[in-house]
Amino acid sequence: MLITRAQKLKKFIISIKLGFFLAYRQVRGSSVGTTALIVFIMTLTFLNLVVVRGVLVGLIQSSTDLFREKYAGDIFISTLPKKTYIENSPSVVEVVKNMPWTRVYSVRYVEGGTVEGTYKERIDFTEDANIANGVFTGIDPIKEEETTNISSMLIAGSMLTLEDTDSILIGANLLKKYLPIEAPGLLLLDNVDVGSRVRIKVNGNIKEVTIKGIIKGKGAFDDRVVILDSVLRPLIGRTDYNVDEIAIKVKKGTDPLLVQKALLSTGIGKDARVQTVDEALPKFLKDIQATFGLLGNAIGSIGLVVASITIFIVIYINAITRRKFIGILKGIGIDSTAIEFSYILQSILYATMGILFGLAILYGFLVPYIDANPINFPFSDGILVAEYSNTLVRAALLLIATIFAGYIPARIVVKQNTLDAILGR
Amino acid sequence: MDSIIKVKNLTKSFKSGDSELVVLKNLELSVPKGQFLAITGRSGSGKSTLLYQLGLLDNPNSGEISIDGIDISKLDSNSKTNFRLNKLGYVFQDYALIPELTALENVLLPLLMQGYSMVSAKEKAFESLKRVGLSDRVDNIPSKLSGGQQQRVSIARAIAHDPTIIFADEPTANLDTETSDQVLQAFIELHKQGQTIIMVTHEKEYSDRTDRVVQLSDGKIISDIMNKK
Repeated sequence: MLITRAQKLKKFIISIKLGFFLAYRQVRGSSVGTTALIVFIMTLTFLNLVVVRGVLVGLIQSSTDLFREKYAGDIFISTLPKKTYIENSPSVVEVVKNMPWTRVYSVRYVEGGTVEGTYKERIDFTEDANIANGVFTGIDPIKEEETTNISSMLIAGSMLTLEDTDSILIGANLLKKYLPIEAPGLLLLDNVDVGSRVRIKVNGNIKEVTIKGIIKGKGAFDDRVVILDSVLRPLIGRTDYNVDEIAIKVKKGTDPLLVQKALLSTGIGKDARVQTVDEALPKFLKDIQATFGLLGNAIGSIGLVVASITIFIVIYINAITRRKFIGILKGIGIDSTAIEFSYILQSILYATMGILFGLAILYGFLVPYIDANPINFPFSDGILVAEYSNTLVRAALLLIATIFAGYIPARIVVKQNTLDAILGR
Repeated sequence: MDSIIKVKNLTKSFKSGDSELVVLKNLELSVPKGQFLAITGRSGSGKSTLLYQLGLLDNPNSGEISIDGIDISKLDSNSKTNFRLNKLGYVFQDYALIPELTALENVLLPLLMQGYSMVSAKEKAFESLKRVGLSDRVDNIPSKLSGGQQQRVSIARAIAHDPTIIFADEPTANLDTETSDQVLQAFIELHKQGQTIIMVTHEKEYSDRTDRVVQLSDGKIISDIMNKK
């Protein structure tokens, strides 16, 4: 009774075919309600696997997108460590301006300072002044608008023009009205709004200005005081036109890494730090990104285990209740592989249907809906990140887990004594 | 005549708590090819247990069983399954049909496992059903068939792949007299075509219509009689 390898292969192929036959007949004969319930569970499991991670990653992704769109651009040039500004800025700006890949750019001056409000109404000088610390950012409003569409972040007032030499825009996070929290050391301006006169102090120089607009865009400008570069420059004594930041947006389809490489090849790396937006991301964002990615994977893994257990239970109950028939099949000479394969196929069917329904819900409803109605988080507008590649990997993982979860209980039952199974002992 | 089954010194026991219940005791049996053998005896005499050992559905504690010249005690589990598929056919007391499969599908299962194409398996399965008089019930699922019809589907499944031996475990136990007669007649027809059949029954009326009656009591053969034709 020696069986050759070719015979074994032939028998295996026959078993697979018969497995299909049995699985199809069993599913055809099963209750529609039960099948629908199992598929529903698989759909939820798949969505749990993709959506939880997607929301967590989306939270940070939207922050990153915001940082790129509304502040840093695709390439961010900043001061070298231990330097107070970008040296030889005019020539650096010239390089940026003449690069063929540059679509728009904005040059900024940055300096710390204070804003004092209601100073004219102050009578009691023993009380603390109505003051806030802010980062002053000097911009060319036309260039900044082209680069970051800064006016879209205004929640009150209007945008600066080139004539607004005694006006500022102020970040909402510097105003108590928009950030009503008390914390030691946190100084916020009270009773200050659009049209209020405030006194700014930068580099020891004082100037009275009017608040023209309030910025709130869940980005870097929320903590800043925006002023014309032509006004800030003399206040900080930057007559040499050396700047602190240059945000560049490259033309569509251009790889920022190539632009970074090209910029560095001109030698500006000795005067400034040239980073892609991913490199320029604040450290806390990078840390949260890594942590949330990890959390998403951990929750996803739990989802995968839950899915496996669900399928295991479903197939085990199915196999146990059909133990007698499994015994009969073995008794009449049907190979164990065919029986096991029929259960694996059923698992695959349930998982595939769950995944397909899940994909339809994900890309047909959830992603477009959350894109249109982002989840309102304090530091970003949460979107649902569900890249096709990642979703497919998770679908494949679910399918693989399902195959094992279907195989193991089928194997347990099929391995039982044939006669005991037939006689129900 | 050549023996298709040879049993030597067969013993089978079951553990029952601390004690051991010996069901078959040093049993010796030889069945010639083409014989219709009835195994009879009272309940608990060991007749079904003997059938299970001969049909490779259970393993004896000791002794030898040789079927068609092959010592089955030397076969592993997969080889036994293969042996059952190619050499043996079973008819169970409760028909043992797969509920979601039609009569035709139930019958063609062993044929598909043997490697027949779906078309030729269906043809062969249909022929088997025709032989037991069920050609008009091929698309019915078991729940839409009477007990007698289900048992005949079971017989059709047992004979479809041309087995060397058919084992039947009280095939008429759940049937009325008329249907039982039909089922027995089906076996007699098969036997006339040269089929070896081993049938467990406790009904003398049916055992009398076989070639030979082996009676068991307490796991031993107490009589072995050839029926007059």
